[in-house]
Amino acid sequence: MTTTSGVLSTATPPPVAPTGQHHGLAIVLFAVIVLVTLGITLWVGRQGSAAEDFYTGGRDFTPLQNGFALSGDYLSAASFLGVAGLIALYGYDGVLYSIGFLVAWLVVLMLVAELVRNAGRYTLADVLELRLRHRKVRAAAGGASVVVTLLYLVAQMVGAGSLVALLLGTNSAQARTWTIIAVGALMIVYVTIGGMRATTWIQIVKAFLLIAGSVLLTVLLVVRFHGDLFDLMRQAARHSGAGQRYLEPGLKYGATFTSRLDFFSLGLALVLGTAGLPHILSRFYTVPTARAARRSTMWAIGLVGGFYLMAIALGLGATALVGSAEVRHANSAGNTAVPLLALVLGGGNGSTGGVVLFALISAIAFATILAVVAGLTLASSAAFAHDIWAGAWRVRPRRDGGAAAGKPTEQQEVVVARFAAGGIGAVAIVISLYAQQLNVAFLVGLAFAVAASSNLPVLLYSLFWSRFTARGAVWAVYGGLVPAIVLVFFSPVVSGSKVALFPGVDFHWFPLENPGIVSIPLGFLAGWIGTLTSPEPADADRFAELEVRALTGAGAA
Amino acid sequence: MPQQQTSSPGQGQRFDWWAAPAAATASEPAAVPRRTAVPAQPVPTRPAAAHPAATGAEPVAAPVVPPAAPPVVPPPAPAAAPPVAPQAPAPTPASGTDSTEVYRSVQASAAFQDIRRSYRAFVFPTSGAFLGWYLMYVAAEAAAPGVMRSRVAGPLNVAWVLGLLQFATTFLLTWLYARNARTKRDRAALGLRWDTQDQLR
Repeated sequence: MTTTSGVLSTATPPPVAPTGQHHGLAIVLFAVIVLVTLGITLWVGRQGSAAEDFYTGGRDFTPLQNGFALSGDYLSAASFLGVAGLIALYGYDGVLYSIGFLVAWLVVLMLVAELVRNAGRYTLADVLELRLRHRKVRAAAGGASVVVTLLYLVAQMVGAGSLVALLLGTNSAQARTWTIIAVGALMIVYVTIGGMRATTWIQIVKAFLLIAGSVLLTVLLVVRFHGDLFDLMRQAARHSGAGQRYLEPGLKYGATFTSRLDFFSLGLALVLGTAGLPHILSRFYTVPTARAARRSTMWAIGLVGGFYLMAIALGLGATALVGSAEVRHANSAGNTAVPLLALVLGGGNGSTGGVVLFALISAIAFATILAVVAGLTLASSAAFAHDIWAGAWRVRPRRDGGAAAGKPTEQQEVVVARFAAGGIGAVAIVISLYAQQLNVAFLVGLAFAVAASSNLPVLLYSLFWSRFTARGAVWAVYGGLVPAIVLVFFSPVVSGSKVALFPGVDFHWFPLENPGIVSIPLGFLAGWIGTLTSPEPADADRFAELEVRALTGAGAA
Repeated sequence: MPQQQTSSPGQGQRFDWWAAPAAATASEPAAVPRRTAVPAQPVPTRPAAAHPAATGAEPVAAPVVPPAAPPVVPPPAPAAAPPVAPQAPAPTPASGTDSTEVYRSVQASAAFQDIRRSYRAFVFPTSGAFLGWYLMYVAAEAAAPGVMRSRVAGPLNVAWVLGLLQFATTFLLTWLYARNARTKRDRAALGLRWDTQDQLR
């Protein structure tokens, strides 16, 4: 990691440090976005309140709409600002980061999307339920989904706090705290009132804004360099402070073997985690058929891939036109690289074009944050109400031998889901307030690692392995989830380094920040061993039903 | 299995009713399951996306009833009487029919095995290939940094070229997968879907 010598930043006064005036416009645009999203929520929230509406938005979105919504769910602020910022600071290593996010979609497209659409109804656990009717399986899968979405949610809200404060030009702790609370309150409103239908429309609007903003900036950037992308790369290398090394691997992750291994672990988590993210999986239920699920995934791949290609150009552009030192000066993680680039491309500080473009890009980033947290809260509340409460808790055997409470009606379930959205939102707000110093990229990487370790093995085994049993499923979920959490607890992230959660103490023994390289194989291994040691064999009848329904769509919801 | 009309009341024209009009091609009868029990008269099928109210009523495994020796009927649905005009979703699941038996017989049918084979034959090798290619690319940064640094054209080095190739292969495999699904199994899967649902009601 190259140093940001304080000398450098004081010697050259910041040419484009955000000043007061563009924040006024940014605040106005933020307010417009809040009003528009609330309007969408109130408008479409009235269209129905059955379980089908709340969880899936009525299942009648088109592939194009759902493709936009998928990319909206996926392209969080961490992608929009984070990846471009990483590229602005670390050049090629930032590019490497974005590729894992894209290739992951092939797993979703080929192994998951269509089969999940056909075999499930509302959540990931529905797919398992089809062949492994056991409440422990539901509880495990639902619990893992809640953990994954909560981690992801905290990452987004911590990022939102620092980001919005930064975009509005203040850096006080109070501004961050109130931003987190406000974002949390808004997402609870979106989800409880609007359900999946409102959430999807917010995602579509946001994804459209995000893509349009990126295209606008990229066009301006390419015009600025007269279409010569090699020149863009050379200029970026020149202004990066690292010269040619900026365009080579190793600027961020190449220092030691451990850091390279850590990156490999992160890469594994990224490529396998996407297919286990509950808020992505639940998107496939918003379209009517498996073929529509496939086509929406293809739209998402096109949009996400195109977006990352533009993000690479924008990151290089930020380095070339703003300079790595200046980007780092504004925010040490590089999160403001794209807004700063917008300011320069619009004509520089003080020009009307620069101010407008800066405010516009900031507002898009804000919309991105709001949309992603709404999607996550919805997936989390669905997992809680549909899997844990209705699927496992209500049907538990009673200790006094009495009858179980029995499955609740879907109407009751939706009421619980709405309350759960409020509760989960409140929990996420509280955790986020205490986790503000944690690195956002780390939290996202961790959410992907947990999803890849606990959700993906059980999902793939269920869909493809005829001998898989309920015990295997429970073991697969916990066998991935528990090691992932434990390894992180004993990693340098929690203790033993200057930037750790508890910097004062040192009880770490696991050298890597990302647990994926160990916990993902453990999840698969645990599922395999659990199945082999199962007292009862797999139910061939139910596997037949799953297979036929997953591949043909017979009886699909 | 051939012609499906989209005129279910209240259902509207769904975009995804692709297999509906004029979809029956010459090759299609070959995809018909050989060993599935088909009702003597074509029964109206259920539309793809059922009305919200009906979706709760999924066919669930009924208690095991001795198989009633379903008559083995040659390729069903004479072209003269295709199952047209699905009604509004009928909420009745497989009452009286043994759904487990239906799923087992469909699973054993040659038509289903064809679909399954063509899906797995494409997806498993391809997944292995792109995961291997991606992990090799990530590992190469750690294992062979020298090679990755060597220049190719202008400011581009091997690492950049491989990175951009990852984008290219992702788009290419997406297209290949979609083409494979469209040409190899979509039609047969849809036919089998209506067939299975007919048997389940």
